[in-house]
Amino acid sequence: MAEHPEKLGRFLEMLRLVEDRDDRIELLIGVADRYTGVPPGLASRPYPTDHLVPSCESEAYFWAEDRPDGSIGIHFAVENPQGISAKAMAVILDENLSGVPLEELARLSTDIPYEIFGRELSMGKSMGLMGMVAMVQRAAKKRLSSPHRK
Amino acid sequence: MVAAAASNDIGDRGYANPDVLVSTAWVAEHLEDAGIRIAESNEDPLVYPSGHLPSAVEIDWTRDLNDPVKRDLLDESGFAELLGRLGVTPETTVVFYGDKNNWWASYAFWVFQLFGHHNSRLMDGGRLKWQQENRPLTRDVPKYDTVEYPIPIRNDSLIRAFQDEVLQHVKAAKALVDVRSPEEFRGDRLHMPDYPNEGALRGGHIPGARSVPWARAANEDGTFKNAKELQAIYIEEQGLSPAEEVVAYCRIGERSSHTWFVLTYLLGFRNVRNYDGSWTEWGNSVGVPIER
Repeated sequence: MAEHPEKLGRFLEMLRLVEDRDDRIELLIGVADRYTGVPPGLASRPYPTDHLVPSCESEAYFWAEDRPDGSIGIHFAVENPQGISAKAMAVILDENLSGVPLEELARLSTDIPYEIFGRELSMGKSMGLMGMVAMVQRAAKKRLSSPHRK
Repeated sequence: MVAAAASNDIGDRGYANPDVLVSTAWVAEHLEDAGIRIAESNEDPLVYPSGHLPSAVEIDWTRDLNDPVKRDLLDESGFAELLGRLGVTPETTVVFYGDKNNWWASYAFWVFQLFGHHNSRLMDGGRLKWQQENRPLTRDVPKYDTVEYPIPIRNDSLIRAFQDEVLQHVKAAKALVDVRSPEEFRGDRLHMPDYPNEGALRGGHIPGARSVPWARAANEDGTFKNAKELQAIYIEEQGLSPAEEVVAYCRIGERSSHTWFVLTYLLGFRNVRNYDGSWTEWGNSVGVPIER
């Protein structure tokens, strides 16, 4: 089992305790219901394609919002109204990884979607959800390697 | 069998087999019809539980349609058990719909044809069109009495292609349709650094394949284009003939089920097979020819 940032680790641990598949699905639908989209001040439609998550068929866009403490806020726009897993993933990443030290984000495991949704994901779906994690990871690495970093 | 008279404009689109497609309006009128079972099949496991057509059951492509251990479809007794559990008899008309422009619904439809349940239909436009029309959804999961479905024979020979058959097909220079994106067809590196691989060790396409992304067959609302528009793509532009043998493939066989449906039922091609091993098999195999 990969090591995760503390808050995400607690969430995944809680999820593991929900052993019944239907209960877990209900829980994740509840998470997806908290999806609110990207803050209007950060981006507006049409979203620029350089923020598009590659291979995510739910047409998800990603923004890393720089915070004064050097961490980032994590925001996704999921444009597919049927992209419920992508919305759940967006909420989980925002609620559990925004504000986490960049060093921890850079070490994120892209297998996180499997820990959340199980191994029954299609290849296309898992690619898209892994891509969302990879976008967060990449944003952290980019900032860590910046010569302007304090 | 319930006559699925082509409703709305489906009957006017010039399809070879219009009865295999039903409109959202037709489905809305038949939700309570005991001779019909509505079945939702999605890629996203959260979609059906979040709300589905009233009376619709779920057919999950991984848990219900695939062998849990080896890479293959469910077997004959598994199919009989599945349909019996859903209260489906050989006389029941099964109407499929789902997310992603009916990719997985088409895949489920294709699997049902392998087992000879020809009493099957596809809801044009899928789940998205139903939602866009503000038709009702429910989270109540219907319960149907289990019935005995006779164990069928799965006939893979007519509409399913295996790798060695595709190799022979390539050697004979017969028609192949690659329905993936142009980037996948070209074998471009799609992923960024740290991004997981594409499920195959090699990129490219099967030699001789024509690139016709599945989405070209669909309108923006997810409905199928009319026959004239489809003929312009597959016959006039790509030079395919309804009489020739065609193999369609994608990455794992779901998008190519969509194209298989288009060629077989909407355009009346007589010999189309879906290579469900697709690129995840071909692109990982040692020694098979690849074109870029």
